[in-house]
Amino acid sequence: MENKSTRQEYIHDLAELQNKVIQMGELVTTAIERATHSLITQDRDLARQIMKEDDDIDDLTIEIEDFSLLLIAKQQPIAHDLRVIATSFKIASDLERIGDHAFDIAKTAKALAAEKQPVELLYTPQLAETALVMVKQAMKAYREADIVLAEAVCRQDDELDELFARSFTELSGAAVNDIVKARQQAQLLFVARYLERIGDHATNIAEWVVYLETAERVRKLR
Amino acid sequence: MDDKMQVERLNLFYGAAQALYDVSLRVPEHSVVALIGPSGCGKSTFLKTLNRMNDLVDGVHIDGRVTLDGQDVYAPDTDIVLLRKRVGMVFQRPNPFPMSIYDNVAYGCRVHGVTDKKVLDEVVEQSLQGAALWDEVKDRLKTSAGGLSGGQQQRLCIARTLAVAPEVVLMDEPCSALDPISTMKIEELVSELKQRYTIVMVTHNMQQAARVSDRTAFFLNGKVIEYDDTNVIFTKPAQKKTEDYITGRFG
Repeated sequence: MENKSTRQEYIHDLAELQNKVIQMGELVTTAIERATHSLITQDRDLARQIMKEDDDIDDLTIEIEDFSLLLIAKQQPIAHDLRVIATSFKIASDLERIGDHAFDIAKTAKALAAEKQPVELLYTPQLAETALVMVKQAMKAYREADIVLAEAVCRQDDELDELFARSFTELSGAAVNDIVKARQQAQLLFVARYLERIGDHATNIAEWVVYLETAERVRKLR
Repeated sequence: MDDKMQVERLNLFYGAAQALYDVSLRVPEHSVVALIGPSGCGKSTFLKTLNRMNDLVDGVHIDGRVTLDGQDVYAPDTDIVLLRKRVGMVFQRPNPFPMSIYDNVAYGCRVHGVTDKKVLDEVVEQSLQGAALWDEVKDRLKTSAGGLSGGQQQRLCIARTLAVAPEVVLMDEPCSALDPISTMKIEELVSELKQRYTIVMVTHNMQQAARVSDRTAFFLNGKVIEYDDTNVIFTKPAQKKTEDYITGRFG
């Protein structure tokens, strides 16, 4: 019993809370990957499957929120401990939104899978890859308490915004005489928007990582 | 989890004044039960009914039932010395005897007739280990207990209680005279101790109740207003009075 730090159960609970957030990050990145895949391959069954799995992400959000509130009520956390709980709460909320956007992409993929005319994806795969990398890197920064990586994620958001702007120009102008294609591109415009929002949430997560480790707010110029 | 102790419809009077009203409460084995409530609400009085410490007070009258492993604690044939060995107690202020650290811990065993030095040595070491004090005092067992810090003295008192191998440990505000670090040490110790013992603790520190206990009872004016899982009491208490008390809105 000697030489053990005090409050072991509490310290264990804080680690468990962070593990739940990491687990949620894994579910969410898988969802983006598979949603994009279902879009590219026009795989309707896969799209349906992803839409169903969003419930698991939502359940985990509630679990993280409840656990955070219980720890606040029972342990009176302060300093870094308090930031662990506050950022878990916030990051879970960003991850939940990312999960919702993966759901939205899967829903679009399902609709586009029904199209007879082949879908021209243009910048979509590139947007998806950039957004996915951002989420993965943000969660890696969280897992490893890596502020440098977190700051890199914040900067990468500019790249994604730029890609979205180009995507927007291309998707909004091309198909005035082709009703089917115009419809497809309108759908893809939504997907581009979802991916751009995923990047914003990844940026939020990265900002929370910086706050968690330094207690400083990142003031990013948007 | 089985109930280690059960209290049913307990009423307690100091002369004509009633201090506890119809208190019923179950103490699950290997758990920590916290008793909270404002001063004079009856929580310490209640605690003392569990090992009949109130017998020492003149004019006390008790009715209702208190059982330990199903046996009535207030039955006429109860061996009170044995009861208090099985249900030990740690008080608010550390009260080491004016003797060495070793003799403090060995005291209970000697009273119960143990004289073998090897046995006593072992009990002293195990009890001090159990109270997370061994490493700090193992090189000065023969020195006076009065030389220990407040937090160490309180852990010594816990070791002294553990030395007679109790089943239930009652604690009456065990940290109220201690600094925050010593308090954390005692709280951590309580979490360890519940693996082997059952603990009932009175505390004025609601946060302490929230941190260390499995179940919490809120006492007010001699009555149990609410008794539930600590997680429930501190996140969604059923009674408004409980919520008002734990959020500091009382009165």
